[in-house]
This record gives sequence, structure tokens and C-alpha cells, in this order.
Amino acid sequence: MKKIIAINFLLFIPILLFSQTTFKGMIMDKNNPKDNLGVAGASVHWLNTNVSAVTNSKGWFSVPYKKKYSKLVVSYLGYKTDTITIKNLKPIHHLLTEEGDLNEVILKIKKKATYKSFLSTANMFTVNAEELLKAACCNLAESFETNPSIDVSFSDALTGTKQIQMLGLTSPYLLISQENIPSVRGASQVFGLTFTPGTWVESIQITKGAGSVVNGYESISGQINAELVKPFSDNKFFLNTYSSFNGRLELNTHFNQRISDKWQSGLYVHGNYRGEKFDNNKDNFLDNPLAKQVNVMNRWQYTDAEKGWVSFINVRFLNDEKQTGELNFNPETDKGKNVFWGSEIDTRRFETSAKLGHVFPEKPFQSTGFQVAYSHHQQDSYFGLNVYDIVHESIYSNLLFNSIIGNTRNKFKTGVSFTYDKYNESAKTNNFDENFDRKENSLGAFFEYEFDNLDNLSFTAGLRIDTHNLLGTFLTPRLHLRYVPWQNSVFRASLGRGKRSANVFAENQQLFASSRQINIDDVGGNIYGLNPEIAWNYGVSYMQKFNFFERKGAITLDFYQTDFQNKVVVDWENSQEISFYDLDGKSIANSFQLEVDYNLAANFNLRTAYKYFDISTDYKSGNLQKSIQPQTRFFANFSYETTAEETTAYWKFDITFNSIGKQRLPNTANNPVQYQLPEYVKAYQLLNSQITKVFSKKFEMYFGVENSTNVKQKNPILASDDPFGTNFESTIVYAPIFGRTFYMGLRFKIK
Amino acid sequence: MKKVIIIFSMIMIGFSLQSQETKEDKNTKVTFEVDGICGMCKKRIETAALKSKGVKFALWDVKSHQLNLIIDSRKTTVAMIQSSILKVGHDVVGLEDKKIVATTEAYKTVHPCCRYRDEVIVLDH
Repeated sequence: MKKIIAINFLLFIPILLFSQTTFKGMIMDKNNPKDNLGVAGASVHWLNTNVSAVTNSKGWFSVPYKKKYSKLVVSYLGYKTDTITIKNLKPIHHLLTEEGDLNEVILKIKKKATYKSFLSTANMFTVNAEELLKAACCNLAESFETNPSIDVSFSDALTGTKQIQMLGLTSPYLLISQENIPSVRGASQVFGLTFTPGTWVESIQITKGAGSVVNGYESISGQINAELVKPFSDNKFFLNTYSSFNGRLELNTHFNQRISDKWQSGLYVHGNYRGEKFDNNKDNFLDNPLAKQVNVMNRWQYTDAEKGWVSFINVRFLNDEKQTGELNFNPETDKGKNVFWGSEIDTRRFETSAKLGHVFPEKPFQSTGFQVAYSHHQQDSYFGLNVYDIVHESIYSNLLFNSIIGNTRNKFKTGVSFTYDKYNESAKTNNFDENFDRKENSLGAFFEYEFDNLDNLSFTAGLRIDTHNLLGTFLTPRLHLRYVPWQNSVFRASLGRGKRSANVFAENQQLFASSRQINIDDVGGNIYGLNPEIAWNYGVSYMQKFNFFERKGAITLDFYQTDFQNKVVVDWENSQEISFYDLDGKSIANSFQLEVDYNLAANFNLRTAYKYFDISTDYKSGNLQKSIQPQTRFFANFSYETTAEETTAYWKFDITFNSIGKQRLPNTANNPVQYQLPEYVKAYQLLNSQITKVFSKKFEMYFGVENSTNVKQKNPILASDDPFGTNFESTIVYAPIFGRTFYMGLRFKIK
Repeated sequence: MKKVIIIFSMIMIGFSLQSQETKEDKNTKVTFEVDGICGMCKKRIETAALKSKGVKFALWDVKSHQLNLIIDSRKTTVAMIQSSILKVGHDVVGLEDKKIVATTEAYKTVHPCCRYRDEVIVLDH
């Protein structure tokens, strides 16, 4: 099996060995060089020829080269056209200057750190590296804190891992991919986002609603794709250190090295460590787990612009260890005993992937791509006397072909994909001791058609058919529509179906840190005796841009509904047990969002959002709102930047306010009185802020405060005095456990 | 499982062996000059070109006024495409560098700020 994969690789290697001359470079904006954003859509051509190219979304172009060509013309609307003399094949970085005459009026519009596309058919927005720097942001899970479309919450009192939600649904219902390879899934569902360091992320694309069929059938409420830094465009050397007063230390280093004209390699090393024990709420349990992580990635990038080939080869290794529980717990002596309650979660993950893309030089509208990825994920963990181990091996491959029908107004994508997942799990609690082995494989084909009338209407219609050993053979339709009814406004609609197998333990593993009994209602289904989850998602969105007091703004209204045909209901409503069963009745998630973005003054931006959720499910005990889910949320982010001086030094200020509405708690009525919780908890407010001082292009420092209002959940662990008793419960967490935290860090880079 | 992978490998081999030769006339590159001044013109010119039969790809450069096209020359001719661009009001440079002027009615349909024949407007850009 591995051999065949190796052969697949080898088939492509000869292609990589071809080489011919091509010239490449990056076009940037002179007024805005510090964020290193390229100018997309600029055109370049050799003087007096028709040999031309257009820069891609990152500002890179590659144009065929012949010896007789010496002058390259770069042009872009609103900028001066430049003619550059090219003497050798070294890639260039060219800065375009904004156009203007002697009495020039400079209209400065900064490219926003979060970019909501006016033109894309899907309701998609891009978060670039600048936005990612706004929060303490140490890993991917934390990088959404300044983003209104994604809600960040805490999963449980023990692991301190931040969980994300979109449209009121947790991350298992999202398709989270890394460079379009599904990554946070299966065994890595809960911790997966914390395994991608923030500095590795170049940009994030967030699509609300059904998403595209290209990456699979699993996404239900949205897709999040993280693009990682690329050896060709990343800094030659990058160093980031971070230290927080809650004892967390982080170190990130990047090294990028040119190997040859076409090969570039990057080595990215991340380590984090937390060794200090804190128990501020005096419940005798650690407020934050002790942690150790080593995460190493090596990337190889191949670019042959003339022939139109691009390839990436990645290898990554991760080792993550967490320890939590009672202050006095010592794993060496207390593991498996009922003296002190403690827990350890050890994860080792290896992954490798290869991508190959080809743009036909004679036909710029046609391209093809192939991806293959393998991962091995192993988690060994215990929570008091409960044990949970999982090994997940996964293979993903996707072959994609893009072209047009007739002309570029009618585009299509088509391809085939194959996935293989092998799970070995064992779950042991006082009433439950079972091993689960499961193999899943699926083969699918997809076709997506995109129409654009180049004026006010575009739509994307996709369909895929998959044949899966446990889910059967099924169709996945997805539709996105964009319509511009009048100037500066966009109306969007989407609809789509998703289907997935729920990994009940991996996705809800906080349950092991409680004394709940596990019940699975075996109905003879293929996955833990349960049936696959199926849901339809529908959504509409309307955006209107406006000018108010000569300042630009935009207002966006979104409404999305997810309607489950089948769902694996996770029932926490009996405080002594957790039950998993197939949905009998309705489960509907409605989410409404009103977002206003406004440029208050030069360099001073406000982004604010109000969200309303109505997420209800028919439990065995009746129809209930989802627990630990605020019904309303209000979000506001203020950001201000001083203007860069001659020395390129400037300041950045960011304040993020979150109001988290009333939340329903799981029923604790059958607990003894001292361990009962109210039915609802009141709203609370959080405030985070960060100041960054950029000293030069090379060096910057930042300082921040998380949770300035010092909001804390008083008793995150029920029965913390009797952790081996029947009422121990650490899963009901609705507010931060750790209070106000200060942190600081620095970034150093060499181009 | 193994079978599936073998089948998959076969598909892959099939794809990598697939010939990529294209007939010249199916994807012919042509370039000619079209008069215009701004991004709005760009959109109008490219749209007109793409809406004309047999045009697969269109890119007009604001500075050089060059319109780069990929066309299926079995289905269309440069003259046919030029006539559809003239219809939306943009002058083109035809064969032997002969300028073909759009009719006044067509020229009047372009947005007032795009009146590329007016020197004052051109200087404004």
C-alpha cells in the first residue's frame, strides 16, 4: 500500500525535473510595503511582445523568458506604469508607485486586514497575517478572537483548549483545512487547531454556509482554510517569542533557504511550555494545564513559472504533552490511583503531504492540481481513572482540473478524490470498557460550474458523488449565488448538504473528566452503532457599502439555518450520564448576524457585530436550546495605527470587546444541592487589548491584556473536593477560568 | 482497499499520460489595440469581447491599450470581435494599423467619465 503511494509520487518527480527559463517576481505597493502584500491583478509583459502574465492573489507573476527580452513593463490601474530592465533571472520585487501629478491629491485607502470580498460568489472573507497579529494569538484556535463570524469558547476546565464555533455549530461541523487539505478532523478534532502555531499561518479564508464540493462532503456550516507561510515568500529568518503572566512561554522560528532557482526550502520550529502551577480560584485544581509542545515542519517549494508548475512537499512532526488535575498530583506516583485526581494527554502526530499544480502556459484559464496527504495521529490519555486512547491514520488525495466552457464567463472544476481513515480507539470508565476499530474509505468525483455574467450575477453550482464503505453512496449538492441589485451592495444566497460520521469520543472527550456514565443507543448503525449525520444548510446574506461623513463603511446582514435530518445527539441533560443517540425529531440551528464596519477616522477602524442564535434539538427529555451557548453575542473591535514615520516605526492599538449573553446550563437537578447549578447564567463582558510598537521592518514588540475585566467562573469544577465521587464534573464551563492575564512578545525578521 | 488504490493509481497514470497538444486554431492568441482610459472601460471592453462568440479569454491593459485574447479561430475572426467592441463604443485598431472608429451612437453609450475621445477627460485620468 505504501509502495503504491510511493509510486504515485515517483510518477510526478520526473515532471519536476524538467526545467526551462522563466522569469518571476512580485509586484508590491510602494505606499504599503510593510504588510508585504502583493498587488493582485497587475499585468506584466515584455516590451514590444505579447508575452504577458498577470500577478496572482499574492502579487506574484511568472512570465516566459527568452534571452532577447530585456525590458519588462509592469502596469496596474491607478499606478504608474514602470519599465524595468532585466539583466538576469533573479526574481524581482518591484514596488509600484501610485499615480499622481505635481499637485497630487493622495487618496489613501488601506487594504484592510480582514477582507470581505465583494466579488466572490460564496460568502467568504480573508483574514491576512496582519489581522492575526491583533490578538495574543499563539495558535490557530486563538487567531479568531478578533473575528465576528467565529466564536471562540473554552472547552472544559481541564484542558483549557479553546474551541471555535460558526453559525452556532462546533468545529466538527466545519471543514477545517490546511492549504485545502482537510486537517482538523477525526482524532484531532478537539485539539487540532492548537497544533498549528499562529506564526505559520499566512492567511485564513472563511466561508460561511455550505462551501464548495471540491474539498469533500463533510462541511456543514462552513469552511475554514489556513494558508501556511511559503518558503518563497516568507521572511528569510523569523523569530517570535511570547511570554504570558499565566506561565505560558512560546518560541517560533522560521528559516527559509533558497536551494536553486526553482527550489526553496523552509524549516519552521515551534515550542511552547507552561511549567508553573496556578490555582487562583482555590479549588485545589490547576487553572491551566501544564504543557509542552514541540512542533516542527519542513516545507519544500518548487516553482517553474515558464512551464507553469508549482509544487509543495511538507513533512511535519508534533509532540504535545499536557498535564492537569489536582495541585498535588504527581503522574509518576499517582497515575491510576484514587489518591489525587490527575490527567495527562499525550499526542504525537506525523504528517506529510505533497501538492502539484500546473497552469497551462498557453491557456491561462486552464490548470490542474494534485494533492496527497498522509497523517498518523496518536493520543494516549487518562483522566483520573478513565482512560481514552486513539490512533487515527488517514490518507487524503484529490485530483483537480480547472478550465472553461466556451469562455471565462463559464468556468468549471472537476476531479476525483479518495480518502482513507483508520481508527483504533479504546475508552474506559467505571461502567464502560470498549475498543472500537473502524476503517472508512471513500472514493468520490465532483463537478463544479461557475457562471459570471461579468456584471451583477454569478453563481457556483457543485455536485459530488461519493461512495463510502460506511456512509453508503450519496450525492452532495452545493449552490452559491451572488447578485448585485444596485451599486455597492451584494446579495448572496447559499444552500448545501453535508454528511459525516461523528467521532463521539474524540469530539466530546471532556466527558472523561467527569464521573458521567457513558450510554450509546445502539441502533445498529455503522459508526458506534449510530447513523451518519446529515444536514442541510441554507443562508442569505446582504452587504451594503456606504459613505457616512465622507468615511467608508459597510453593513452586513446574515441569516443561516442548519437543519439536521439526522444528528448524533450528545445529551448532557442528566448530570450522572452522557448519552449519544440518533436524532428523533428536529434539530435546527438558526443564526442571525448584523455586522457594521466603519472607518471612524484615518487609520482608525471599528468593526462591530451583533449575533443572535436559536439552536434547538429534540432531546429525549424534550426540545431544548443547546446548552452553554449564548443566545446573543455582541462584538466590537477598535483598531488604530499611527502613521509610519521615516524610520518605518509606528504604533498599533487594538481593543476587542465581547458581550456574551445569557446561557442555558445542562440540567444538574439530580445532583445533591451543593453541586447544583442554576438553569441559566447571566451575561458577562470581556475586554482584550493589545499594543504593538513596530520599531523597524525588522523588529517589533507587543504587549497585551486578556480579560481585563477579570471575569471568572467561580466554580468550574463541581465536586472538586471529591474528584473520585459520583458528582465530579469539569465539563460545564461557560466563562474564563483564569482571570486577567498580561502577556508580551517580540518579533524579529530578516527578509 | 488495495484495489481501490491500484485503480486510483491507474487513473493517475492515465491523467499524466494524457496528451496536451492543442490545435493552434482552437486556442489562437491575438492582440490588438482598443481605445479606452479606465477600469470601467476595461470591464466594458473585456465583457464585450467575452460575450462575442468564440472568445475564450480576454485581458485589456489600461496603459498599453492592448487587448490580449485567446480565441477559437474556427468560430470567429478578429473582425467579428472588433465589431462587437465597436458596438459598445470603443475604437479599435484593425488590420494594417488602420483605426476603426465606433459610431457616434455607440460612443455615446459609454459612461460620461469614460469619453476617451475627449482630451480633458483623458487628462483627468
